[in-house]
Amino acid sequence: MKSLINFFEKIGYSVTSRIKRLGTASRLLFLILVSSGESFRRFQLTMKEIYFTGVMSLVIIIVSAFFVGMVLGLQGYYTLEKYGSSEAIGVLVALSLVRELGPVVTALLFAGRAGTAITAEIGLMKATEQLSAMEMMAVSPIQRIIAPRFWAGVISMPILASIFSMVGILGGYVIAVIVIGVDEGAFWSQMQANVDFRYDIVNGVIKSLVFGVACTIIALFEGFDAPPTAEGVSRATTRTVVTSSLVILGLDFIMTSFMLGG
Amino acid sequence: MTDNVIKIQNLTFGYGSELLHKGINMNFKKGKVSAIMGGSGSGKTTILKLIGGQIKPKSGSILVENKIVHEQNRSGIYKLRRKMGMLFQHGALFTDLSVYENVAFPMREHTNLPENIIKDLVLLKLNAVGLRGAYKLMPTELSGGMARRVALARAIALDPDIIMYDEPFAGLDPISMAVICDLIRSLNDALGATSIIVTHDVAETFSFADYIYFVADGIVAAEGSPKQLMASKLPFVRQFIHSEKDGPVPFHVAAPTYNLDLGL
Repeated sequence: MKSLINFFEKIGYSVTSRIKRLGTASRLLFLILVSSGESFRRFQLTMKEIYFTGVMSLVIIIVSAFFVGMVLGLQGYYTLEKYGSSEAIGVLVALSLVRELGPVVTALLFAGRAGTAITAEIGLMKATEQLSAMEMMAVSPIQRIIAPRFWAGVISMPILASIFSMVGILGGYVIAVIVIGVDEGAFWSQMQANVDFRYDIVNGVIKSLVFGVACTIIALFEGFDAPPTAEGVSRATTRTVVTSSLVILGLDFIMTSFMLGG
Repeated sequence: MTDNVIKIQNLTFGYGSELLHKGINMNFKKGKVSAIMGGSGSGKTTILKLIGGQIKPKSGSILVENKIVHEQNRSGIYKLRRKMGMLFQHGALFTDLSVYENVAFPMREHTNLPENIIKDLVLLKLNAVGLRGAYKLMPTELSGGMARRVALARAIALDPDIIMYDEPFAGLDPISMAVICDLIRSLNDALGATSIIVTHDVAETFSFADYIYFVADGIVAAEGSPKQLMASKLPFVRQFIHSEKDGPVPFHVAAPTYNLDLGL
């Protein structure tokens, strides 16, 4: 009987602590939004973070996108060829990237590369009393440190996702047109005719914006909430990747359902 | 005439049901260097955090320039903190900024001074701590003593009325320790500030502090000038000042008998 009570106690504790964390993260998001004026008035602070989170992520984004595009080209060609529509390879590659893979894979890579860096940086700043020192200098860490990083993530994500889609299409082109020999005119014209700006591209951008908000707030919250120890920061960094990945995939399903339904 | 810039009245503070401070009263006078001493875990640093409004007391109050700290809203707290400078135990320098930028940080955040004036002020502050030649270095390139001196230059960047030092001598070699002692005294006198030092280094503190509070068991166990405390007959003060092994402060944390723990 006692072990059964302990079991339910553990479940209850786990659920309430998660709800509490969600509440604290929402409060942090609210504080960031009301403290964002400085991030735009002194835009160089945000620009510096865009460099660290966005520009420094370019290599992994471009290389991954090229390989994803090439794999899509290969897989797509061998499937479409069975139905005699290998010219539609351009559409397949473009739609897969613009609608799904661009925003989702970019967000996953962003969480692994920039998200972990943000969490570790904020966590270490907390552990080494840098945030307390800032507070004691009457400078709000939310305004000076957190908000510029948040907006940098939100601005960088759609740009990175667009670059991912473009480079991916180039990878698909290399395999389909240059290596396999699909007609170049058919590749581009089918793509142009079947990719809709509002329905495909704008929806992809909306997805990447939402992922940008989710990934960045998770990374910032985990860093801000991390216990100020080496173990605490390391656990927080791991949680950033796991939580971000699950949230990205969950949000993608929800948004896709609404977008296709609409 | 000296007046009390900071007054601590019947302060109680604790985490959960455990009380760390059980009714502390202290006064810090303008232009004086005061020290708060006591063993590890006696809540010395917590007093600095309470003065800075980073945490709130359970009861009692702290008045900074006649304003009750814990009753201030965020902007009120920030207004008070602009009059304070704090040296953290490990410096807490911003690791992504150079020595120059660290010292310039409070000036950039709180003033609209042009870059040439900021440069002059930063070099002036760095010169005061003897590190003008290190302005280009990054915090990772500094020794512990140098990092603390840069942090001190940053703490006095806006010429604060109150300067708080958290364990300024911890882990320093004798030369750096003597330099920091000298700096604390000379900066306090030059700025006409009120300095509070949290430390457990007896010899250094007694050499230059004006007034000392001893904290033990959550209360002020003794207070007075270094001369008065040196002459004190109180067992706790004697044990602390003369680094005696035996006395009212036990070395061991309360535990069952050794034999019981070893299963003998």
